[in-house]
Amino acid sequence: MYAMTSKTTRRTAVCALAACAVLIAGAAQAQNALDDITKSKTIKIAIPTDFPPYGFVGADMAPQGLDVDMAKFVAAKLNAKVELVPVTTANRIPYLQTKKVDLVISTLGKNPEREKVVDFTIAYSPFFIAVFAPKAAAVKAAEDLAGKSIAVTRGSVDDQELTKVAPATAEIRRFEDNNATISAFLAGQTQLVATSAQVASTIMQKNSSLGLEYKFLLKDSPNFIGVAKGEDALRTRVNEIVAEARKSGEIDRLCKKWLGREAGDLPI
Amino acid sequence: MTVELDFGAVLASWPLLLVGVAWTLGLTAVSAVLGVLTGIAFAWARSEGPVLLQTVVGAYVELIRNTPFIVQLFFIFFGLPAAGFRLSPEVASVIAMVVNLSAYATEIVRAGIEATPRGQREAAISLALSPTQTFVYVVTPPALARIWPALVSQIIIVMLGSAVCGQISVPELTFATSLIQSRNFRSFEAFIIVAAIYLVLAFTVRRLLRWAGPRFVFGR
Repeated sequence: MYAMTSKTTRRTAVCALAACAVLIAGAAQAQNALDDITKSKTIKIAIPTDFPPYGFVGADMAPQGLDVDMAKFVAAKLNAKVELVPVTTANRIPYLQTKKVDLVISTLGKNPEREKVVDFTIAYSPFFIAVFAPKAAAVKAAEDLAGKSIAVTRGSVDDQELTKVAPATAEIRRFEDNNATISAFLAGQTQLVATSAQVASTIMQKNSSLGLEYKFLLKDSPNFIGVAKGEDALRTRVNEIVAEARKSGEIDRLCKKWLGREAGDLPI
Repeated sequence: MTVELDFGAVLASWPLLLVGVAWTLGLTAVSAVLGVLTGIAFAWARSEGPVLLQTVVGAYVELIRNTPFIVQLFFIFFGLPAAGFRLSPEVASVIAMVVNLSAYATEIVRAGIEATPRGQREAAISLALSPTQTFVYVVTPPALARIWPALVSQIIIVMLGSAVCGQISVPELTFATSLIQSRNFRSFEAFIIVAAIYLVLAFTVRRLLRWAGPRFVFGR
């Protein structure tokens, strides 16, 4: 479009202009996700499918979990049909940035780097991450990680927090998604794993012979719903829905169902 | 729709990219050497070896050529520990790449061997060269010269395929890019840059191998 030389035929020029017009119209509409949702009566929400109990694929091959229920709940409150889009930890923010989804309800933690590129609603569920290992491993604090190998999911808050506190001699192995991280740990490829308490509790249940236990806390990091930058109308509306659900006990009900405990104190 | 490109944010992490390039090239170099040598040995086995060996190598070639690389990699890395073989991500990657390349190289080299005129082989035998000498000095060099471009292409394919080794935490080029974009969210810029780096790498490696082949591998 920049190189519009005299060689360009008139017809291509007209086509290019038409394309420009479409792009401009697209850009003008881009700030109105809420209107689009109201009009089309569908909403695209990014959910995890590799992160039980927040989002995973059940025996019937349908996604389920806390985030999936939350996505359905928010969609119902917006009077829209929900279209669930499975994402991974690494690609959920690009999905939001490129408007492939309207909301990200995918165990998304808040940090200053992310706040630069997406907006957040108020928190909707609790989450904490920690380092876990079998009982035999003598690890009580970050210093004890020296010389040990730890599996973590690349690009997650787990990764950022672990990278911050781990000593230089710790061997941090970063895997593509939670499945790979957990598989690598279970296969004995690393001595420790840094992940969420909920994921760890699932491992404890399914592989009790491993003797997995909590070693030390990396971060208390509640989940927020991600909204594309500048979509203030949608963010305000979703904030209302979440605030109401927190007051009515709906959030506590979901947390009890999936996490086995109430939501506790959630930040704004 | 304005897209603000900020390549600086990605290029600021150049040490990671540099490590990535080194790993990608290193993995490729090791697996190319081992893969091609294995390929030549297997090509011999499949075209001139004992019948049993022909069947075994044939089955190996079909198995590897008809399954995805990432499945082979995951099998070696996640599957073998269950059988007691625990390999580091880097070793698992090299093995997967060698296994993958050798299967394709077998068929490429075999094509070259079968295209060598029978007369050359008969001439060698009539000069009282042993079967081994005939294969090493008479059959292989012209065979390699004939299929060298195809073999080089396959090496490039394996190099580009090494991008998936990042999934099991090998710090190669794609891993570095994903790590950078997961920290600064400049995914568009990051993947433009990595695509350009791969393009340059592939082009350079191809030129280098096309140059090196006639000089060092099947000398004229």
